[in-house]
Amino acid sequence: MMGRLRYYLALLWMRVRTSLTTGMQYRWDFLVSLVMAIFWAAIALLPLWVIGGVRREVAGWTYPEMVVVTGWFILLKGLIDGGINPSLMAIVEHIRQGTLDFVLIKPADAQFLVSTEKFEPLKMVDLVAGLLLLGYGFRHLGRLPEPQHVAAALVLLVAAATVLYSVWLLVVCVAFWVVRLDNLAYLFMSVFDFARWPVTIFPAPLRLLFTFVVPLAVMTTFPSEALLGRLDLTTGVAAVLGSAFFALIARAIWKRAIGHYTSASS
Amino acid sequence: MRGLVATLRAYPTLLRVGFAEAIAYRAETIVWMLTNTMPLVNLALWTAVARGGEIAGFRSPDLVAYFLGALVVRQLTGSWVLWEMSREVRLGLLSMRLLRPIHPLVAYSAENLSALPLRAGFSVPLCLIALAVAGFGRLAHDPVVWLIVPPAIAGAWLLTFLTMTLLGTLSFYLDQSMAFFEVWLALYFTLSGYLFPLDFLAGRAPWLVHAAHWLPFYSMNGFPVELMLGLRPAAEALPLLALEWGYVALFAVATTFAWRAGIRRYEAFGA
Repeated sequence: MMGRLRYYLALLWMRVRTSLTTGMQYRWDFLVSLVMAIFWAAIALLPLWVIGGVRREVAGWTYPEMVVVTGWFILLKGLIDGGINPSLMAIVEHIRQGTLDFVLIKPADAQFLVSTEKFEPLKMVDLVAGLLLLGYGFRHLGRLPEPQHVAAALVLLVAAATVLYSVWLLVVCVAFWVVRLDNLAYLFMSVFDFARWPVTIFPAPLRLLFTFVVPLAVMTTFPSEALLGRLDLTTGVAAVLGSAFFALIARAIWKRAIGHYTSASS
Repeated sequence: MRGLVATLRAYPTLLRVGFAEAIAYRAETIVWMLTNTMPLVNLALWTAVARGGEIAGFRSPDLVAYFLGALVVRQLTGSWVLWEMSREVRLGLLSMRLLRPIHPLVAYSAENLSALPLRAGFSVPLCLIALAVAGFGRLAHDPVVWLIVPPAIAGAWLLTFLTMTLLGTLSFYLDQSMAFFEVWLALYFTLSGYLFPLDFLAGRAPWLVHAAHWLPFYSMNGFPVELMLGLRPAAEALPLLALEWGYVALFAVATTFAWRAGIRRYEAFGA
């Protein structure tokens, strides 16, 4: 069991390193991307800054607290754009061209191969921008987050990433049947855009939708509340369990889909 | 002169072809339309803020009308020619377009315009329904203003298209012109009234509101929306319309020169 884990970790590191070296070739691009990421983070702050001039708080969130939510949003966006999106887009392209067999033929778990096909470290600069925003938010609050809150936030970050990854995996499963899917990637990002504000600003029906059906609340609001120390234990545990459950379902559907996959040639 | 007449005669056909393509890929077109959620996301935020009282004279129903208007104008003026152009220049596909007797920019414009009926046909009725819920009283009452709206929207479409092609000519010189476009896009979002009505900035930076009205971005989205919502009386609107078309003329000239210079460079590389 440990041997298998070490094997997969080594494989993962190899895949990441390959993408890293390809991405880091263009150092100027990297610098430009970093500047643009910080630039877009500043633009994202603009509406909040305008609000800060007219209101003390909105739906129970003050200006610096909303900055924290936006910071998480950008951080997660960096994770999606850099770590999850590229692999799955590459896989959809493989399916379209019939070259998925070359990916699957390697001696490792199919889901692992598909998920680590490609990374784009350049897009990860959003992680830096997100962290900067988090720092700015807390500086405005005039305090540092307490260690147990940071730990809780990290746990919820893992939960959020798991949910996002599972959604993407399901999208790839659909790609086995409906081959042209790059539009849906943009559609997903547009829906994900609703996560840039805390979920409490939405009216009740939308709030329910964004907590249970399309779990945007889990992705940005809950980790922010954890970091700010406002998350109650039951919600946090429910979110983590819900994410794990969702991941298991996604894996089951994936196994089904890949079992039914008939290769392009034969 | 012969080229111009030939182009004018070919244009309706180009539009028909583009329309047929849009219909053929209707699922894709619908998905692209659905990706324009930004005004709705912002609407959610600002209505939450407005629950505590009005902002710069806007109450919740006004905000609904405004952001729906911004969505409609965006659907009607949106253009993706920059990506097309960048891609075709980079991959050398522009050569195919240059072989044809129609100027590539004219061809791009036809492709863009022909997709409009489908995009408008889908989004405008939806917005009208939503507006009916929010209240038709929000719309402008002066018929003169409504006469100004079509040229304002036409000007907005032209401005968006021309600025995109102008930025697209950068791809003749640079590999990564996307960064420039992103800066432009960010300025568009903030200064056009797309992200939030320009008057909201009055609380923090009133000088910026005045300055923004002089920039082309405002004409691309905020101006038509404010016209439709009756926020600009006819007397104020006409000079702004003149400014908008002044910018159209400016960018048309700039694009022509930039294109000519860029094409010479493109052909020099033997593409």
